[in-house]
Amino acid sequence: MRPILLQGHERALTQIKYNREGDLLFSVAKDNVINAWFSHNGERLGTYNGHQGTIWSVDVNSNSTLLISGSADNTARLWNVSDGRLLHSWDTNTAVKCVQFSEDDKYVLLVTEERMGFPGTIVIFAIDPTTPDQSDEPVNVIVPQPSKATVAGWGYLNKYLVVGHENGSISLFDWNTSEVIKSVTDHEAIITDLQFSTDRTYFITSSKDKTARVYDANSLECLKMYSTDTPLNSAAIVPALKEFVVVGGGQEAMNVTTTSQRQGKFECRFFHKIFEDEIGRVRGHFGPINTIAFHPDGKSFSSGGEDGYVRVHHLDPDYFKFKYE
Amino acid sequence: MPALDPRNLPASEADIDFSDIEEKYQLTFNESFDNVIVVDHLPVVDSSKEEKLLTVVKKIFKAVAPLKDDGLFMPKEEDPETGKTTTQGYLFIELDTPEQAAAAIKQLNGFKMDKTHILSVHKFTDVERYATLSDTFRAPVIPAYEEREHLRSWLLDERARDEFVTFRGDEVVVSVNNKNGKPDNVFTRNKWTESYLQWSPKGTYLTTFHRQGVVLWGGPSWNKIVRFVHPGVKFADYSPNEKYLVTCSPEPINSEAVAAVNPQDNPFGPEDDDKHIAIWDLRTGALLRTFVMPQLASKSPVPLSMKEAWPHFKWSADDRYFARVVPGQMLSIYEAPGMGLLDRKSLKVEGIVNFAWSPTGGKAGRPASADAAKRGEHSLAYWTPEVANQPARVTLLSVPSKEVVRTKNLFSISDCKLYWHPSGDYLCVKADRLSKSKKTTFTNLELFWMRERSVPVETVEFKDNVVVFAWEPKGPVPRFATVSTVDPQAVQYNASGMAVNTNRNTVSFYALQGASKLKSEAAGVIGNFECVERLEKKTTNEVLWSPNGRYAVLGTVRTTSVWDLEFWDTAYELSAPNAQGRTTEFRLLASPELYGVTDVEWDPTGRYVAAYASAWRHSMENGFALYDLRGSLLGKHTFEKFKQFLWRPRPASLLSAEDKARIVKELPKLAPKFEEEDLMSESAASSAEIMKRRRLNEDWKQWRQRQAKEYAQDCEVLGKHSAAVENDTEGDANVETIEEWVEEVVEETEEVVE
Repeated sequence: MRPILLQGHERALTQIKYNREGDLLFSVAKDNVINAWFSHNGERLGTYNGHQGTIWSVDVNSNSTLLISGSADNTARLWNVSDGRLLHSWDTNTAVKCVQFSEDDKYVLLVTEERMGFPGTIVIFAIDPTTPDQSDEPVNVIVPQPSKATVAGWGYLNKYLVVGHENGSISLFDWNTSEVIKSVTDHEAIITDLQFSTDRTYFITSSKDKTARVYDANSLECLKMYSTDTPLNSAAIVPALKEFVVVGGGQEAMNVTTTSQRQGKFECRFFHKIFEDEIGRVRGHFGPINTIAFHPDGKSFSSGGEDGYVRVHHLDPDYFKFKYE
Repeated sequence: MPALDPRNLPASEADIDFSDIEEKYQLTFNESFDNVIVVDHLPVVDSSKEEKLLTVVKKIFKAVAPLKDDGLFMPKEEDPETGKTTTQGYLFIELDTPEQAAAAIKQLNGFKMDKTHILSVHKFTDVERYATLSDTFRAPVIPAYEEREHLRSWLLDERARDEFVTFRGDEVVVSVNNKNGKPDNVFTRNKWTESYLQWSPKGTYLTTFHRQGVVLWGGPSWNKIVRFVHPGVKFADYSPNEKYLVTCSPEPINSEAVAAVNPQDNPFGPEDDDKHIAIWDLRTGALLRTFVMPQLASKSPVPLSMKEAWPHFKWSADDRYFARVVPGQMLSIYEAPGMGLLDRKSLKVEGIVNFAWSPTGGKAGRPASADAAKRGEHSLAYWTPEVANQPARVTLLSVPSKEVVRTKNLFSISDCKLYWHPSGDYLCVKADRLSKSKKTTFTNLELFWMRERSVPVETVEFKDNVVVFAWEPKGPVPRFATVSTVDPQAVQYNASGMAVNTNRNTVSFYALQGASKLKSEAAGVIGNFECVERLEKKTTNEVLWSPNGRYAVLGTVRTTSVWDLEFWDTAYELSAPNAQGRTTEFRLLASPELYGVTDVEWDPTGRYVAAYASAWRHSMENGFALYDLRGSLLGKHTFEKFKQFLWRPRPASLLSAEDKARIVKELPKLAPKFEEEDLMSESAASSAEIMKRRRLNEDWKQWRQRQAKEYAQDCEVLGKHSAAVENDTEGDANVETIEEWVEEVVEETEEVVE
């Protein structure tokens, strides 16, 4: 089926997220605006204006009332989803690269950039959904060593924090004591994305080393590896119906103009989650794919690219009939 | 030295302790005798002429190295009977440096002082070395015999599969090709070669290139077989029967530098200095001779192209003779294994450009016979361009007699290329000729009928330029294919040798037509080559015949825009004769495209075709694809920085023609057995795959169960109930159904109602 092209950004996409039901889609880009869309037809619900710099990351809580965004203007902001009101703004020393609500919506984490002499940190705030006044006092600040964090996520039941590092290692943190519980290094380059399975018992990472890996969220055992021929920017686990994963990337944005589109490898690639075999590709972007998100019902997915477009793909009947055993 | 105390200064200079300063600035004196040389075979003179002799010697040696005033020492002895003091006929010279000593030895050893006195100049240390040599003979230690591995083990493969080697990134992989296009890797080694790989002509050895030289590998375990030290080696070339190896390095050999790195086995001596090419005995690894490469040694401002100059030495079919041209001057034929010039002299041929040996041997103008090779008769062809008033000329030469068998004059020639038919029965000279206006060129093919008496020549004229010529290697009648173009513009290439545009080319197939052998002999007609198929408007720039003939791939390779491969059957059997009364026709079987293809290669048995895109040319989708001879894709494999794909050559079959005919006859009987085997192996492979998947699935399920258990435990420990459960219960209550109306106006018409 023809994908729906969402043209709401003027610059490269940085992240897209579905809400828990999957009816809404939130997208952020380097152009300071957060867009909210109806995922089934691509109609725009509205925008959240106010950031002064590239927005790196966005997340929505599980009952779709609160939205958090992290930006290069050194703030993370909390928004009211339904009317676009800014509820709170946390100031940080450096850009906020990654934000995420915990599974029970009681906490948020911010991953901040290492720059201007400030170390990269993971800051945790408690969220009170009943009041707009949020505490500016962090619950904890973790400074990952020796390599800075690039992505992070909450494990199930807020058991651990799972952190992806610049040097390709993955570690588990106790978010109260800042203690490193476990750390493994399988990837050979920066971790670009980290997305959980629905029950958060395992997760997938993508890396510039051209591979994506599936890890056990407790043991950090690398269960599966998917290798491609291009640096990867994003990876998602298909949440329902099929045992697949989707990865996307493309050669570095700085090299794109020198080469043809065919060679850029700007495709979403489907892999069989268990057999690690490539199943198919979805073409369309004319720049590297920066972010991929799958609809929670497993029937559609979206990709956002360096080209400034979000493409919402509703999968064909063939996809559901396809057997690969 | 203790700290200086002004109240307690030493009384005199002698009391000062200088030991630390002396230690610091102590000079190490050169106490070796490497800079001393011995000059022997001098005239024996008495004291009256001693001064004169010294002056002469000084004069000789001053030309090579500056002499010290007290550097000469001539021992003298008093004859006890006559009481005269005479010199001993030798003297010692001390020079400044060992390098000067080496230079003096090199230049003046063997210097003729006069008729009777030929100087011998040596290192002083050598004299000492030989003098202290032990007088008792000590037998050299002969290493125990080590059984070599079977170097042709790959030919014993039960399914007669072919091997190939691929070079991807830093990794070299030897693989076995399978029918299904999924090769099995048999051996992998990282950083096996520093530049590229090469098989020996019969596939016995794999050659790897390193800074220090080349190494040959082989056998089932891929061990090192032999190593040839040649610093900076760039090219290697084998004799056709793998007896000799020729290596070439653009760096002149420096035997001392080699000795410094490889003190144990330095194959070179001072006589090999400044040479570029080395010829080796392959089995023993011994150096046979070194040569200067005129193309590299020449100081001409335009360096001669190495690409054209290699292979520098060309070998006769039986490895017995090898020859090279010194461009424009002469043809030198050498004999192996003596490495000497045939008849001790080169053949002076003014203007000579290039030559080629007959691939089978035998004398021109005589029917092919099996014992021709035994008699050691060979033919070679060379050509000379127009010089002064002499026309361009192709000459057939018999070796070793150096008898000119046939010459053919050609006019207004711009370039010639020599193509021998693999059977040695025909020689095609592709002559590019200038038109009368000298502005355009066109091509004539001069076909020499080598086996006929007096070697008749047939000319096939083209109106356009032939850019590719290829003989069909085998077949009932000799055939060849050409690619010609009328496009006036030459193809442009980018820096890495990729064509940026393509010409519109014509592909033509020629076959020997005409009377049967008997009839032709009776009538004195021998038939002639006629065009049997012409394919217009092709981008083809390479014609690759199957090693068994009949099938050919027309490739458009090394271009930046077109990547077509056309698989042709040139003898497609028709059920009924066609309009021209032929029972076979040319038929296009498939025309696959391989993005960025740079090279195409048939396997040695003519069953498969490999096409690959090499990272040496570009970095787009590097990798290789395997096709069967019908052009259907069996498998495509892409690798980062894929560089090279080489089928392992096979030696000639040992089966006689009768054996082969018998096998073909029995094929229908034998085939079912092989088909069954294929089926078996295929189903085994697929069932193995299914088993593997089942196992993976099972593993995953088990892991998920373990996870679920762990999750439940964690829930209890943390005193929470599962978020998933919580969400599920509340989820149903909160579902809100949104109805969306989509109205679409299909058609709007206005009607006037009366």
